[in-house]
Amino acid sequence: MAKITFDGIEIEIPDGTTIMNAARTVGGSIVPPAMCYYTPLKGSGGKCRACLVKVTAGSTKDPRPMPKLVPSCITSVQDGMVVENTVNQQVLDVRKGIVEMLLINHPLDCPVCDQAGECDLQNFAFEHGVSTTRYTEERRTFDKIDIGPLIQLHMTRCILCYRCVYTANQIAGDRVHGVLGRGDAAEIGTYIENIIDQDFSGNVIDVCPVGALTDKTWRFKQRVWFTKPVNAHRDCPKCSGNVLLWYKGKDVLRVTARKDEYGEVKEWICNECRFEKKETSDWTIEGPAHIDRSSVISANHYELPVLNHSVVADLPESTQRELEKNPPLKLGS
Amino acid sequence: MGRKLLTEHINVEGIDTFEVYRKHGGYRSVEKALKTMTPDEVVEEVKKSGLRGRGGAGFPTGLKWSFLAKPEGVPRHLVCNADESEPGTFKDRQLMSKLPHLLIEGMITSSYALGANTSYIYIRGELLYVLRILEKAISEAYANGFLGKNILGSGYDLDLHVHPGGGAYICGEETALLESLEGKRGNPRNKPPFPAVQGLYARPTVVNNVESIAAVVPIINDGGDEYAKLGVGKSTGTKLFSACGHLNKPGIYEIELGVPVEEFIYSDEYCGGIWKGRELKAVVAGGSSVPILPKELILKTAAGEDRLMTYESLSDGGFVTGTMLGSGGFIAMDETTCIVRNTWSFSRFYHHESCGQCSPCREGTGWMEKVLHRLEHGHGHMEDIDLLVSVAKQIEGNTICPLGEAAAWPVAAAVRHFRDEFEWHVTHAKEAARPGAVYPGKAVLA
Amino acid sequence: MPLNLIDMEPTNAPAKPQFSAAAQDEIKRIITHYPEDRKKSALLPVLHIAQAEFGGWVSPEVQTLVAETLDLKPIEVYEVATFYTMFNLKPVGKHVLEICRTGPCMLRGSDELTAHLERLTGARVGGETSPDGLFTLKEVECLAACGFAPIVQVREKYYEQLDTPENVDAMLTELRNMVHRPILPWEALAQN
Repeated sequence: MAKITFDGIEIEIPDGTTIMNAARTVGGSIVPPAMCYYTPLKGSGGKCRACLVKVTAGSTKDPRPMPKLVPSCITSVQDGMVVENTVNQQVLDVRKGIVEMLLINHPLDCPVCDQAGECDLQNFAFEHGVSTTRYTEERRTFDKIDIGPLIQLHMTRCILCYRCVYTANQIAGDRVHGVLGRGDAAEIGTYIENIIDQDFSGNVIDVCPVGALTDKTWRFKQRVWFTKPVNAHRDCPKCSGNVLLWYKGKDVLRVTARKDEYGEVKEWICNECRFEKKETSDWTIEGPAHIDRSSVISANHYELPVLNHSVVADLPESTQRELEKNPPLKLGS
Repeated sequence: MGRKLLTEHINVEGIDTFEVYRKHGGYRSVEKALKTMTPDEVVEEVKKSGLRGRGGAGFPTGLKWSFLAKPEGVPRHLVCNADESEPGTFKDRQLMSKLPHLLIEGMITSSYALGANTSYIYIRGELLYVLRILEKAISEAYANGFLGKNILGSGYDLDLHVHPGGGAYICGEETALLESLEGKRGNPRNKPPFPAVQGLYARPTVVNNVESIAAVVPIINDGGDEYAKLGVGKSTGTKLFSACGHLNKPGIYEIELGVPVEEFIYSDEYCGGIWKGRELKAVVAGGSSVPILPKELILKTAAGEDRLMTYESLSDGGFVTGTMLGSGGFIAMDETTCIVRNTWSFSRFYHHESCGQCSPCREGTGWMEKVLHRLEHGHGHMEDIDLLVSVAKQIEGNTICPLGEAAAWPVAAAVRHFRDEFEWHVTHAKEAARPGAVYPGKAVLA
Repeated sequence: MPLNLIDMEPTNAPAKPQFSAAAQDEIKRIITHYPEDRKKSALLPVLHIAQAEFGGWVSPEVQTLVAETLDLKPIEVYEVATFYTMFNLKPVGKHVLEICRTGPCMLRGSDELTAHLERLTGARVGGETSPDGLFTLKEVECLAACGFAPIVQVREKYYEQLDTPENVDAMLTELRNMVHRPILPWEALAQN
């Protein structure tokens, strides 16, 4: 076990844990943002530099500060390490700079992007960026490409996190796409026209932090905040069958994997569940999914209130009667 | 003329053949090391010599060697970094093409010291013709019992191979080089783990520059202490400088560290002064990534002392009034040189060579190039100048590998010392954008 | 301009290219340089052989052949071939003139050299081929021969100090008179 101090909070954590995952055990706003790191994908992380933090003491053994900011997603904790994230002005300034860098060649086409409302880049820019730009040069653009009938690649929006490449290597198997070219001309692609159609290839959509890889069966159907996520499952021979159904009225508009609070897929789902099962009758419904209060998707208040029982007694009688008829759901169910 | 340890026989007819090289004392260090020294004793001599990495970072070679992990039963590797691509630097190409056996000899002695049984020379792909020269020399070394099984009856085995790159400056970064040697894109790795623990094929690996490995030969022949007697202070031995740009005699010079910069530029023994009888304007002393210095500051330090060709003297004054020795790529610019144009050219280089893996470098290098392009071509604004400095700062220190710094430093330094010239490109945009335009003013010294 | 590889024209090369016997021997030799389970290490050297064998560029078919030769997924080859600038992804003329444009060459007149070569060949830099099909002009970054600037590389040869019309003419004449590309070591070996 290692004991570290993160933004003044003491955390005890097994050796070998990364700084990022140590912070996640505390949770909340002290957790560094991650645009490329993805826990379930081996080798991910270290690229976007969004999670850079200051290590003011390396360890008990060697308490010197680390000279440069370090990527918290791939730097292991050491006993006695002292880390500064939200309390360090240099870290916050650099993060502002990273937002700027990620946005200079991003099209900012959120009004027509299917990812808007559940976009990591949007959230990152909102929380850590500035509202103006200093970039006046021409932006880099690419043509849209269909990689198969089910997935569209909108390279212009890509931030080159490599998550989809790791997913294809580690989850879907038989990778046909990758990163081509280099520098700011690097792009995700298949090189010669090729389709991505392995059983689990649809997961590249879920891991994409931006709207670069989108579900063609859902494209332009609805803004995400007008849809309601519902937990459901089915008996699937290929995957766990545990999914999220995104409803608009009575229609299932899309099916995705379930994600944790850091946007990471909990269980990979197969393409059949994702693309072919769009009827309520295909599924056993578990109930509305919990959506974080800060997300625009929660704006519809479709989820029944989760009540603190100590305050229930103070509620008006009519409300209490209503609650007995429709008991509140437990968080995360 | 100072002592030459590496290039003494460079002009001898046929020195690229085993026979002639051997006749001029070649492969003595291998005999000495394998027959009379333990590997640790070889490492100790290199430590004593004070040799510092000649690729650019200047890290003590012996110390680097001593970091190599030696887990039981895991092969170790020595990889020679011959991916010479830093603009202004062309010493390794000359050394390898003229004296291939010197590098091979150094590789054998060094591999023995590190306990490596398979070693590689990673050479940039553009130098395929040098790869042919090296492969021929290697087969001669095999034929004469200096490579292969049981070298000189010592029981030590070594295979040596040359591996070509494919055109990517980034592969000069040691972890990108290892990725490339594994047949992948040249994306630098996040560190730790360092190559000394997990390098080529996840095995402990040392990566050294061509000139560093060549220097092991005289160090073992004459002893580390003898080597350390040459030079000044912690800048021991001799160093190859590649002189280019507006000089009368550009080329490779092996000098004992400590020669005054002024002597190096103007004496007939070395560069023979500035071409066409012109005045010197500025120098980039250690390859394109180190800060540019105006004439006044490259010849004398801020304290008014003679600037010497040593690691310490060149970096005197930090990045405010000093620079770095770097790789020894010495680029001189005459009074007609446009600093903005030159900075743009360097910036275009780093933009072109960024691997694209991490966001500050991928996006920032392109941004700087575009702004510099506008300034140079008469479409700049005053605020662009500070913008450049700010973007450079946003890249520096925040990237996976040192290409970020390499891209940021030349821009920041050019603005630091030549801000007036940048401003002139805004105030006199039309005039400045004319091909061959010459800025009439002076540099900022501090 | 970003690479638009997806739209790349299908090649006119034979649908199923094959390495010559000499090249196959050379590839076998190169593979022995690396551990048995690390055949991928041979990718860059084999791509160089492929480019020399198949007309100075590596078509998607040639890249696929390289993948088969080294037991790789095709995408692993595409990723690498598009990363390194020496591999030409489109058909090229008989001689590819790689003109160094970086600082030290620029100081010694690479801009003028480029303009001069454009005039003489009728091709423009950026991968254009001259109307006679002889020359493709390509700007490259530092070739590590700065003391002999300006420089042009053609295949494995460096043409140096091209700051005089005489030197440029000598280079172009040499190339125009070249019937076959210079023979490579493994080809010479096969001939003996």
